[in-house]
Amino acid sequence: MNFLSALLTPPNLATAAFVLVVALTVVGALIAVGARNIFHNVLGLAVAMFGVSGLFVYLNSPFVALMQILIYVGAICIAICFAVMLSEPMYLPRPPRNPLKIQAAVAGALAVFIFLGLLLKKTTWTPALERSNDWSIETLGHYLLTKYSLIFELISLLLLVAMLGAIVTARGGRRSKAQ
Amino acid sequence: MLIFNQLQTYLYLAAVLFAIGLYGVLARRNLIAILISVELILNAASLNFMAFNRFLAPTPAVGQIITLFIMAVAAAEAAIALSIIIAVYRKLKTVNIEQATELRG
Repeated sequence: MNFLSALLTPPNLATAAFVLVVALTVVGALIAVGARNIFHNVLGLAVAMFGVSGLFVYLNSPFVALMQILIYVGAICIAICFAVMLSEPMYLPRPPRNPLKIQAAVAGALAVFIFLGLLLKKTTWTPALERSNDWSIETLGHYLLTKYSLIFELISLLLLVAMLGAIVTARGGRRSKAQ
Repeated sequence: MLIFNQLQTYLYLAAVLFAIGLYGVLARRNLIAILISVELILNAASLNFMAFNRFLAPTPAVGQIITLFIMAVAAAEAAIALSIIIAVYRKLKTVNIEQATELRG
């Protein structure tokens, strides 16, 4: 009992939860690219997004973590599910994988990862001299409506145009019954 | 020093996510799977922004705002890409990029 209470200190628990979240992210990402069934890919993406939102909690921003779950898991994954249902039926035989292509893709991804890892190892990061401690959501909203208002409006416009474009593109090939 | 209080941990993790997404873009042939991999790459970018925001940036609001913008752009991109995928499927009866070869000379 004494041993257990020595192990269950807050830092240890936080580290264990962090490892869990990291495992969720990486395993989810691997399922998202590795599984052959496209529906499993979508579910893996959802798991990875949950993991990343947990990482955002560790990075001190529960608001962005919540937005991550809301937008990625709640909106994008569902939209992808609809696209899966509206496109190719899943019972059709899938063409076999080309092992040469898989190996080349692994090599390419590994090369980029090694390059990024060496870059990270070599760089020394220096924090800003004066860092404010204001993590509140009020400040976030204030910035969105003052300093970044132009980008905010632009993003709204982009979303509107994207939605209209999506409707027009997805309707394109369909003949209406009236004709 | 705890592992989740270091900048390097998050940067390596973002690199891993980026590499996994890149592998997906290169290796998969299903258009929807490629879109999923692109989402992973975008997430690696926003994880990087949030990590720099937590450990280096002078004002902690900026990184969060940029991450929110990335999410909005990702949502717009997903909507457009999915509608294009549905249109391609309707026209060519496939979402496999090796069979969608209309423009091959």
